[in-house]
Amino acid sequence: MAAVDDHHYQISSYGVSPGRRSAGRWLVGLTTLLLAATVVAEILQANGVIAVWFSDWRPVLYAYLVWSVALGVSQVLRRGEAGLRALFILPAVLFTIAVVIFPTLFGFYIASLDWNLSSFEGPHFSGLSNLVDLFHDSYYWNALFNMLFYSAMVLVEYVIAFGLALLLNAEIRARKFFRIAFLVPLMLSPVSVSWMIGKSIMESRFGPAAALARHLGWDNPAFFASPWIARASIETLDGWVSIPFIMILLLAGLQALPKEVLEAAKVDGATSGQAFRLVTFPLMLPVSITAVIIRIIFKLKLADIVINVTAGGPGGATDTVSSFIYRVYRERSNVGYGTTLAMFYLVMIIIFLTVLLRFAGRWTRDARSGA
Amino acid sequence: MASDIAAPAHIASAIATDRTRTILWRVFAYGVLLFWAFVCLFPIYWTVTTSFKSAVDVTQGHVIPWVDFQPDWKGWRSLGLSPDTIFQTSTVRSEFLDRFVNSVITSFGASILALVLGCLAAYGLSRFRYKFAWMRNNSDILFFFISQLILPPVVLALPFLVLYKALALLDTRVGLIVLYTLTVLPIVIWIVRDQFNSIPIELDEAGLVDGLSVWGVFLRIILPLALPGLVAAFILSLVLCWNEYFFAALLTSSDAKTLPVMVASQTGSQGINWWSMAALSTAAIAPLVIVGIALERYIIKGLSTGAVK
Repeated sequence: MAAVDDHHYQISSYGVSPGRRSAGRWLVGLTTLLLAATVVAEILQANGVIAVWFSDWRPVLYAYLVWSVALGVSQVLRRGEAGLRALFILPAVLFTIAVVIFPTLFGFYIASLDWNLSSFEGPHFSGLSNLVDLFHDSYYWNALFNMLFYSAMVLVEYVIAFGLALLLNAEIRARKFFRIAFLVPLMLSPVSVSWMIGKSIMESRFGPAAALARHLGWDNPAFFASPWIARASIETLDGWVSIPFIMILLLAGLQALPKEVLEAAKVDGATSGQAFRLVTFPLMLPVSITAVIIRIIFKLKLADIVINVTAGGPGGATDTVSSFIYRVYRERSNVGYGTTLAMFYLVMIIIFLTVLLRFAGRWTRDARSGA
Repeated sequence: MASDIAAPAHIASAIATDRTRTILWRVFAYGVLLFWAFVCLFPIYWTVTTSFKSAVDVTQGHVIPWVDFQPDWKGWRSLGLSPDTIFQTSTVRSEFLDRFVNSVITSFGASILALVLGCLAAYGLSRFRYKFAWMRNNSDILFFFISQLILPPVVLALPFLVLYKALALLDTRVGLIVLYTLTVLPIVIWIVRDQFNSIPIELDEAGLVDGLSVWGVFLRIILPLALPGLVAAFILSLVLCWNEYFFAALLTSSDAKTLPVMVASQTGSQGINWWSMAALSTAAIAPLVIVGIALERYIIKGLSTGAVK
């Protein structure tokens, strides 16, 4: 009952009459029955057992909505003030369960099927055979390798962004102009970037990038012809959009640094190199790690640029996992297999990020303790 | 003494080298920043100028209008947006406006829904203590929401394809709105919760003492104070939803198609002439670029939430 911290309310319980409480319980019970009945009826109709007036599965959706509202109301009825508080978080939680948790679990189920969407047969259960196919799919493993490459490039983006942030943080006039100029790439959709730079500027015959390359001695510039050059080009496109993003995060961190520490270092006779290495950089470590991790999270989702510029080419060299699965969905119509690829990727990401976050936590703690 | 006379000269020359070094440093700093600003803005400049070119200019790779080449309305004419065609009917333009309206509706709808859900949840997480299912405390619940950012769209793509088919929500704007809301909800919660945390709880308590209920305090006192954070979250989710391509391409065909999908489908076709493509791209990026320039302050505030701890 007695709360220890100042930032949260203490629960105060007003008396809730038993009548109110049972009314709440009836409400939830009845609507749950309604939801269950609707689901059962839909399933029975889909399997041809009974015929109701349902034309699609929407009644389940509506029943779920009714159930959610009833749950909220019953919380208030049964728990009084505590129910009012639960009402704040209930919508978001119910929404997330319906729209994230349920489809993801459904996805795991689909991954165990062999399902051609365009044939009339419908799904067969195929157990783990999709998983076995996955391990033999060289394109998929190539795409996974590409993800490692793209993620490693985040460090390069970080270095460039840090340099820009340092410059912008110094005594520079017209800072607002620069900030706006650097913000513009983030406003563009990846599709627009794909055309504007990937297909137009980097076009090998007429594009200015090609003209510049010819000027510098590269005779037949083709930015997307050979695997590693294509990867570098895609990375350039993505970096063009996201380096400003990292820079904004780092700039905010730099501007929040206490000035006295730097001044003390200067008074002690540190050169700017030493001041950076021993004072600024360690202080910026938490922000840096946050920025890099956020950037990696978004990088692992990279798909739009690859789909629109190279369609994964040449020969699957620039594929990201997402763009590869996109093509699997569109071309092969074995959606069970595609979903298996996606679920496997999800599991790998979770493992990778858990390890990364643990490392990050340890580094931040070491930096703070001055190790 | 000799050293005393030598000392001021030494200091003077040290000051002079210092000043040159500062000037060199400034030149270097401005140079790098201007170079990067050029890198950021050149593609846009190139696209805009290309939309005013004709075939010869494109193949020759001309760069500066009125110096290298004569601007022409051809690209815009094919879109139906040049001065001479703007009052006539144009199928391309009406399709463009159709997709534009779709983008507006889905982006605004999703951002508003995410803002409502997110504000409520963020306020609850900021002020109360919850325990729910396997999540023992608020930071667990917060992690539950934020961790959805990790979900790659591919994972949800197929389940949603199947589910929307069953729910008859394919190719509808409502379907896209729901999907986009789930994409941006973690970000909204993150930003708005940060904003609420910076409002002292004494204000809540003052309202409660005055007899307002918990919801009254939320709506009348705290929400108006949190407005900057709300605006930042709203604009950021607007930008993210507007530019979304993956789900829109997968789940829409004719009715609910959004602008990025339209632009992308033009890119794919062979033999597209550059000037109309450039005009289309310019028209597609213009709204957000204007928003970005006008509301830069809020966007940066939203983006750098949590970066300063």
